[in-house]
This record gives sequence, C-alpha cells and structure tokens, in this order.
Amino acid sequence: MLKSRTFVKKTRKGGVVKVVQEHYLRDDVWCGVIGCSSCNTTQAVLDPQCLNVQSNLCPKSHFIIPDTNVVCKQIDILEENCIKHAIFLQTVLQEVKHLSASTYRRIRDAIANPEKKFYVFSNEHHKKTYIERGKDESPNDRNDRAIRVAAKWYQKHMQDNCFQTDIVLLTNDVENKEKAVQDNLTTYTMYEYVMALTDSPELMDKLSGDFEDDEKNQIVFAEYLPLSKIQSAIKAGRLIQGTFQSSRDNYKEGFVRVHGEEQDIFIKDLDSINRAIQDDVVAVEMLPKQEWTKPSGLVCRDVENNENDNAETAGLENTAREEKLENYIADALPSGKVVGIIKRNWRPYCGILLPNPNPNARRFLFRAADRRIPRIRILTRQSSNLLGQRIIVSVDAWQRKRRYPEGHFVRRLGPIGDKETESEVLLIEHNVPYQQFSQAVLNDLPTLPWEITDDDAKQREDLRHLTICSIDPPGCTDIDDALHLTALENGNYEVGVHIADVSHFIRPGTAIDIEAANRGTTVYLAEKRIDMVPELLSSNLCSLRSNVDRFAFSCIWELSPDADVIAARFTKSIIKSQAAFTYAEAQLIIDDKQRNDDIAISLRSLNVLAQALNKKRLDQGALSLASPEIRFQVDSETHDPLELVKKELRETNSLVEEFMLLANITVAERIYEIFPQCALLRRHPSPPLSNFDILLKSAAVKNIQLQVDSAKMLSTSLAQADLQDNPYFNTLLRILVTRCMMQAVYFCSGTLAYQDYCHYGLATPIYTHFTSPIRRYSDIIVHRLLAISIGADKTYPDLMKKDKVQELCNHLNFRHKMAQYAQRSSVSLYAQLFFRNRVTKEEGYILFVRKNAIQVLIPKYGIENTIFLRSADGSELPFIHDEQNLSLTYQDITLQVFDRVLVEIAVEHNEIQGSKIRLQLLEPQVCSFSV
Amino acid sequence: MEIISPEGLRIDGRRPEEIRRFNCRLGVLSRADGSAYLEQGNTKALASINGPHQAGDKAKIKHDRVHINFQYSMATFSTNERRNRPKGDKRSIDISQLMREIFQSAILTDLYPKSQIDIHVQILQADGGNYSACINAATLALMDAGVPMKDFICSCTASLVDSKTIIDVNNSEELHFSNPLLTLAILPTSEEIILCQMKSRLHADHLEDILKAGIKGCKDIYEIMHREVLNHVREAAAVMNAT
Ligand SMILES: [Zn+2]
Repeated sequence: MLKSRTFVKKTRKGGVVKVVQEHYLRDDVWCGVIGCSSCNTTQAVLDPQCLNVQSNLCPKSHFIIPDTNVVCKQIDILEENCIKHAIFLQTVLQEVKHLSASTYRRIRDAIANPEKKFYVFSNEHHKKTYIERGKDESPNDRNDRAIRVAAKWYQKHMQDNCFQTDIVLLTNDVENKEKAVQDNLTTYTMYEYVMALTDSPELMDKLSGDFEDDEKNQIVFAEYLPLSKIQSAIKAGRLIQGTFQSSRDNYKEGFVRVHGEEQDIFIKDLDSINRAIQDDVVAVEMLPKQEWTKPSGLVCRDVENNENDNAETAGLENTAREEKLENYIADALPSGKVVGIIKRNWRPYCGILLPNPNPNARRFLFRAADRRIPRIRILTRQSSNLLGQRIIVSVDAWQRKRRYPEGHFVRRLGPIGDKETESEVLLIEHNVPYQQFSQAVLNDLPTLPWEITDDDAKQREDLRHLTICSIDPPGCTDIDDALHLTALENGNYEVGVHIADVSHFIRPGTAIDIEAANRGTTVYLAEKRIDMVPELLSSNLCSLRSNVDRFAFSCIWELSPDADVIAARFTKSIIKSQAAFTYAEAQLIIDDKQRNDDIAISLRSLNVLAQALNKKRLDQGALSLASPEIRFQVDSETHDPLELVKKELRETNSLVEEFMLLANITVAERIYEIFPQCALLRRHPSPPLSNFDILLKSAAVKNIQLQVDSAKMLSTSLAQADLQDNPYFNTLLRILVTRCMMQAVYFCSGTLAYQDYCHYGLATPIYTHFTSPIRRYSDIIVHRLLAISIGADKTYPDLMKKDKVQELCNHLNFRHKMAQYAQRSSVSLYAQLFFRNRVTKEEGYILFVRKNAIQVLIPKYGIENTIFLRSADGSELPFIHDEQNLSLTYQDITLQVFDRVLVEIAVEHNEIQGSKIRLQLLEPQVCSFSV
Repeated sequence: MEIISPEGLRIDGRRPEEIRRFNCRLGVLSRADGSAYLEQGNTKALASINGPHQAGDKAKIKHDRVHINFQYSMATFSTNERRNRPKGDKRSIDISQLMREIFQSAILTDLYPKSQIDIHVQILQADGGNYSACINAATLALMDAGVPMKDFICSCTASLVDSKTIIDVNNSEELHFSNPLLTLAILPTSEEIILCQMKSRLHADHLEDILKAGIKGCKDIYEIMHREVLNHVREAAAVMNAT
C-alpha cells in the first residue's frame, strides 16, 4: 500500500515558524455502504435500501451529509432516533471539534451508537476527495468546498456501483447551497429537510434557529469584543479571563471566578453581566475603584411575568444601581463588567414553560430549574402539551437586542410534581449519568453461576476460616467491608479489614471500567440508588454477604491493646462472612452480657480498640462536626415518603468508621511510598482564615470567642461553647463550622508537595479512599495501585501518568460534588412530598440574617429555608438591618442569629412552578412568608 | 488531541503500524568513499564514509581492530527554529559516542587493524526519528563504501498511544511527551537488538507490544533499504561492465 500512496505537503504558516507536515492520501478509505463492490465493506454501516424517514423532499432512500454548521447547531435533531444513515466527513468533524468540544463529544457518541448507522468518511485522507486551498480562498471556503467535493464523490461512487441511493447535502449556508446546486448536488437546509419529514412533525420544535427579528428594539446590551482583541487584551493584562457564576440569591448579580485567584470579581447588574450565563468563560474589564460596589444583600428572584414582548426592555431597570447611592462602599469588592465571551458553556436545561395569556401564542418563556439560568425564549406549536410539564430546552443564541436568550425545545420529561419526573430532573440537573447500563457494559459481567476456580484460589490467601462479619445500615445490599479480630498470644490483636475486590471484576479499559469511571460514584437518592456498577456486581458478586465465598482485598494489622499499629500487610483473599449485622444488631450483641461467643467477644474487642483509635484522632485535632442527616422511611410499593428519620448514631457506627479510617490511612501511606508520583490520594485543605469570618461574627454576637487558628484549637473551643438558654447552640455552631470548610478533594500525589496532602478534618498527614470500591471509582484506582504494589496485578499506562490521574481526580471531584447536591435535592423533594398533605408547627433557629430575609433551619426535619419579611399585603416591612449584631429590627421585634423561632411548615401549590415548601414565621409574630 | 482517530488514522493519514514514505539513494557524494542520502517522511539525513584509512591520531590506534570515528550533527536549518549548533555540542558528542558503539557491534572491525573509518551523518531536516534516520543513513553509506558488516542495522521508532502501538513516530506525535518513545535498532536477519532506548516511562507489561511493533517497523525499513542496495549494486555492476 505504501507504493500506491502519493503525498502532498501541507504548509501552515503561523507566526514566524513554518511548519511542514506530511499529509498522506490513501486509496483504502472506504465508502461505508453495505454491499459496495469497489470497497472493503467490513466496517460498512450505511444501508442503500434504507427508507427510514418519510419525506416529501426526498422520497427515495438517501444518505445525508450534514455540514459543520448543521452539526453544531442542530445536534439535537441529529440525535433523534429517526435520523439515521448519515455520512460525517472528517472535515466537518475537525471543524466541530474546534468549535465546540461538547458537541463533538455528542456527535462522536451518536456515531458510536450502532443503531444510528452514522459513518465517518476520512475525506481529508482520501486520494480523490482531498483538495488544496486555493490562492484567494479562506480556510472556511476551502472546507466548504472540501465538503462539496466529498459529497460529489459519494454521488458518483453511488452511481458507479449501481446504487439508487441519493446523497443529500444539508447546509444552512446560502452561498454554499448555491454552489452545491451548481454542482448538481441535492441540497437542503436543515429547516427544509425537517419540515418535509411527514412522520415526525415533533422534530420541528427542536430546530434551532434565529428568530426572525420583527420588532424595532433599541440596543439593550453592549456589543462583545471580537475574540482576537480579547486574547491580546488578556495577554496585555487589560482584561481578565474567568468563569461567570450567577448569584443564587439574586439573578441580577454575579461573580467571575478567576483561576488561581482567591478573590472573585463582582458583577453588579444585568448590564454588566451582559448576557453571560452560568459557567461561561468570559472576559472581564475591571471598573475604576470609585465604581466598585458590593452585593446588595437582597434576595431577588426574577418575576414570573407572562412575557409579552414589551417587557423586553422593561426588566433592565435595576435596584442595585439605586442602592449605590447609599454609602457602604467602604468594603466594596473588586468589580468589573463582562465585555466578551471566550467560551459558552451552555448545556440543556430542565425547567418549565411559563404560560402565555395569548391563546394562539407560539413564543413562550422557559424557566430553568436552576435559578442561576435566565429565562429562555422558545418557539413551539405544542404548548398545550408542554404546560404543566417538566421539559428540557437548549439555548441557541443571545442577541444584543433581547432581554432573554433564545432556545429550542429538546425533550419532555413528565408532569410537574410527579415523583419520577422530579427525580429525573434532579439527576439531569446534577449531571448524574442514570441511564441503564449499555449492552457493552453488561457483556463485561461474569457469567452466572459464578464459581471460584482453582486458579483464583491459588493466587489468593484463603481466609475462610476467620470469624468475619460486616456491619452496615439496615437494608444495605452493597456491602463493601467486613471485619475480623483475633487475639494473639503476645497480648496483641490481629485485626483485618476486608474490602470487596471490585478491581478483580472491573479490568482497566473495558466498557464496564469506562462506564464506572464516568459515573465516578453511586448516587443515593431518597428512594433509590443509581449504581456505579451493574447490580450483579454491586449487590451480589462483590457484596460481602454472609455465608458465601467472596473475593476480598484485605488489610491486616497487628494492633497493640492501645491500638498502636505494630505491623500491617495487604493481601488478596477469599473470605466467608459469618454474619451481616445492622448497626443496631451489632450494638445489641456488644451490650448483651449473656453472649460470649466468638463474634460477641471480637466485636467487644473491636469496640474497645475503635474507642482508643477515636480518642487518638480527637487528640490530634480531628473535628467532629454536626450536620443534620435526614432519611425517609419510604413506602416500598408507592415510594411515597412515610416518615422522616434522623440518622441515629450508635457506638457501632463509629466502630466501623474508625477501622475504615485506619485502613484508608494505612493504604494511603503504602501507595504513596510505592508510587510517589501517581498515587491517588484525598486531601482536605485547611480553610483560609477569612472563611471563618461569618462564624466568628455570629459567635461574637453571643459573646463566645472561638479559636480557629488550627483544627485542634477549633475543636477545643467548640467543645466549650455553650449557652444556658439555647441547648441547640453548640450544634448550630458546628453546622456553621461545616459551612466554613473547604471541599475534600482527590488529587494525584505528583501534583502537590507532601505538606499539602494533609486532611484537615481528620487531622492526618495523608489519606485516601480504599474501603468502598463498590460505590466509588477512586477506591477502584487505589485498589489497583495497592494490588500492583504487592505484585498481585499489572499496571497500565494511564495509571502511571501523573496528568491522566489528576484529570481523573478532577472528574471524580466533580461527580462527587454533584452526587452530594443531587442527594440533598432528593431529600428536599421528599420533604416536599412528605409535607404535601399536612401543616406542621415546628421550632427552628436563625442561621443567617440577610437584609430583607432570614435563613431558618428546622433541626427536626433538616429543612433550611429563607423567610422573606413581608407584611400581609406582600409589601416589604421596613426592618432595620444591623450588620454588626446580625439582627433585623422592626418596632419591638428583633430577629437575631441563633434565635429560636416558631414556624409553620406547609407546601405551597402553584400552577406554574409546582409545589414548594413554605415557611411562615409564627413567633415572633410578623407577617412573613418564604419563597 | 487525538493521535489516532476513531477511524484508525493518524494525524498525517497513516495507520498505526505504517512507516512513513522512505526514500534513499546511495553514492550521492563522489569524493567520499561511501555516501547515502535518505528521507523518512520529512526527516532527511546525509551520511558519508571516509576510509578505512590509516589512523590519523596515533593515540587512537587499536592493534586488533579498526577505530570508528562517528560524527553526528544537525544542520542549523533542520528544525523550525533556526538554532546555531556548534559542531561539538554536548548532545551531539553523546549521540556520536552511542552511534560508535552501535556500529562497532556490526562492522567486522578485526578486518582492518590499526586503521580508522570516519562516519559523518548530518540531519538536514528533523521531523521525528532523527536517531533512526541517522542509523539507517550510516548503514547505507557503509554499504556504499563496501565496508564488511555482519548485517544491515535498521532502526525505527515506536510509541504507545492509548494502549495502541504506533511506529515511525513523526515530530508532531513525538511532542506528546507523556507517551513513551522507543528508538530501536536491530540486525534484521537475526532480529538481534542493537539499540533499545526509551524516552519517558513505560511499564514493563507493555514492553513486549511496543518492541514487537518496533521490530516490525525495522523490518519494513529493511525491505526498502535492502532493495535499494541491490539496485545500486546492479547499477554499479552495469557501469563496470560497460567500461
Ligand atoms: Zn464503495
């Protein structure tokens, strides 16, 4: 084949460096059409007989070739099931990749789906379809021409091989279309093509397009600077690049987070935000110091006005600007305004359609579930089907003359308030992959009945003779860990922690491994869990159930009676757990003086050792922090919440926890010793002192001085902080402390210095996650590292690369954060269902005081909500905000931080938004309601 | 950056286990005792041989075998940024030393005691696999000079990208530092490995795959070199017969 290749040198000029690259053209790039006589068809997917869409325009069977613009803008349509048999040119994919990484990923996913019958034609390396750029041709024109040449080639190739199938070029570019028609190519715009599909009229809603500009609007937003100018200005330091974060409390304000800077840049109003949407990468120009302001302290939500187009400009008056007249600029924040967009990070948003009073309206406003996303205008003809439903909408563009961005409908999820729908919404909103496992993943599972082979037995230490048991919450089916203890003759103890050997089943690079890595973690919702690995593994083969042989990865110590580690070793093993206890059951056995069997004796010894370990940790300054953890007892049939249960903590909880911590620390030390550059570890940075400001200020109000210089001082001073009249005060303080903390994160050891590894909360210099490989991918990686360190497994390249491991860590950190948020949202969704049919009075405590609102925590239910202080007619009450004392005063009523209040909890029904929990202040009595 | 597309093509259009266009000519310099010019893709090298001749430097005379004097250099215009490379810079000296050892193992050195062979290789244009090109060019020039050798020495590079092996790595692919880069030189008939140099780390588990790919590359290159040498000999014979 070497001989038959000719070659063309491609010269790209950039700067002063001349890059000459070889570019090989081949004659073995095939057309991908099934049954083609002149091509190798082993990879062929395109069926020339296909007739999968009914179309007025193209009645015959045909293959579509979308151009770059069509792929970028109409990806939602291309992903539809009914769109099949398409040819994607290399030129197009390269351009898409350059323009949008996320669209590129989506189109690649679609291509990888065998159902779609999408074929990639490497036209740039095909002898007959490669073209060189003409003298006066722009790169864009050249690529358009390359697409036409490839389409033309296909057309001829089909004829030469006696196929009756048409080639249809899809382009939205007028000029390109004209030229294509001159070339005798069948060409349509996406709009024409979709409108002509007779059997799928609903596709039309998904067309992304610029709305015809039929109104005379004045310019609303400032024009963006061109990207080239932005780049040079950033280099020169005149502009700053950062990520836009909309304020959760006030949609008219936001911040720009600058990489590596502690201080965010404050963006004070809608004009300055200038169409930036949550997570967009923007260019910011700093304002002169005298114009700096600070957040208004107001809690502001966009009004639910049923949009008619006159309101377009009306919304831009803003309160923040009036506030500026008041003089509190003393502690102003560095402020700036957005002058350009470097990269949009739009994603499909879940939300609802807002009703339009005009019965024939086709334009609607969409409100996303994520408050930080502005309203989105969409065009639809099926509004009657969409009102009252949760839907997904994508953003297409945001023009300067529009108050809101324009988008298009993507998918309907289901009715508002429906349990299933709402659960799906929160999964989507938190980016949790929740689809069923694909066939490829299931194919990687071991076949049943699964048996331990002689080979397996030879490679593992047989620990089936040990008295091993597991302790977990009730109903737990994914049992990660089990324990054993044997008294040694020298007075010491042998203690083993046995962890499910998931890495035995999940081999690097397999479909199941890639899927588990992508999921990153199992997500526990109120009524179900979204598994990281298929159930066969999570609840059966990996789960260390009682009385069955299971593979484990064991960490075995010799501990002195004072719980000092004398020695530690690791081994792959076979175990047989004697019993799977719940925390309560284990506690009963420990407490039952009558029982003196092996299990009871070892549980008691474990308990004593655990207490010693716990004391050591606390002495070193580990924090024990409170945060109300709420669980719902759920009806097993209907999944309706029956009762709220607060997680009870028993000694046995801490028993298991202490040994898991010890195992994690022991493993962390080991893998760091063997792999100093690429060990996956977990750290919890100590918070900057400024994080404690609100805590110290709040405590000072009650004349309590907290020491925050070190974790140890903090935990000591917390232990002493008590108030006579408020028994809940200490817990409240601890809740506030959790809000001051940094996130614990995974990282790759080679990226940081050793002193930065430390875990603040646990007060240990090094830490990792080893003990839950069924539900955390990080632990699988740690298992692999540990297995290699004892010669029980082989390496693979990505595991040994610092940057790849760090990349994985970043991904896992993201997934964990999102899983946490999803969990919280799920609890509050269930709280809502729980309170749907009841009104409850309950005591709460003020956690934060804002300018026009208070934030109240109800310990019993773990509900935290904002209460706006308004009079009965809805107007705001003139409360005086005392920033020093963290209080609000109106006539003889004072609301101060930590104050106990009595509130009424109810669920408020609202046609548009569905229902939400509403708190009303009963004591002290002012008219108020929460939003 | 995708070094191999999902369609199985590398950035320049090659499949993972294809070598670059390989062109070579023997006897390009009439004054040298032997010479060769070679192109592996955009990497171009010129090699010339002087000798065997009486050793100039008395100190280097060896009584039982020939002394090999290897000089490796890069032309100032060989890379994107023009750089002045003094003739005796440290790297070139190191490489020259390495090359000398490589060729000592293939040249039948004991045939020419007390004499010296000079090998000069200059990289005219660098686009990845410079050492390989250097070795291949030197081999061809030695053939042209008629210096007896055990076998050809053929060299090729190989790398591992996302668990797939690629061979004859070009400059843009070499720039991904995190991928290991293997430079391999073998005696193609016996498959004896003469040079096995690894840049960046690779776990032993993958060594076999990457070695296998590298050897295949060397053999592909050998095919072409061998053919070219035969052609050259045939032409030379024709010329000799004519006179
Ligand atoms: Zn064909």
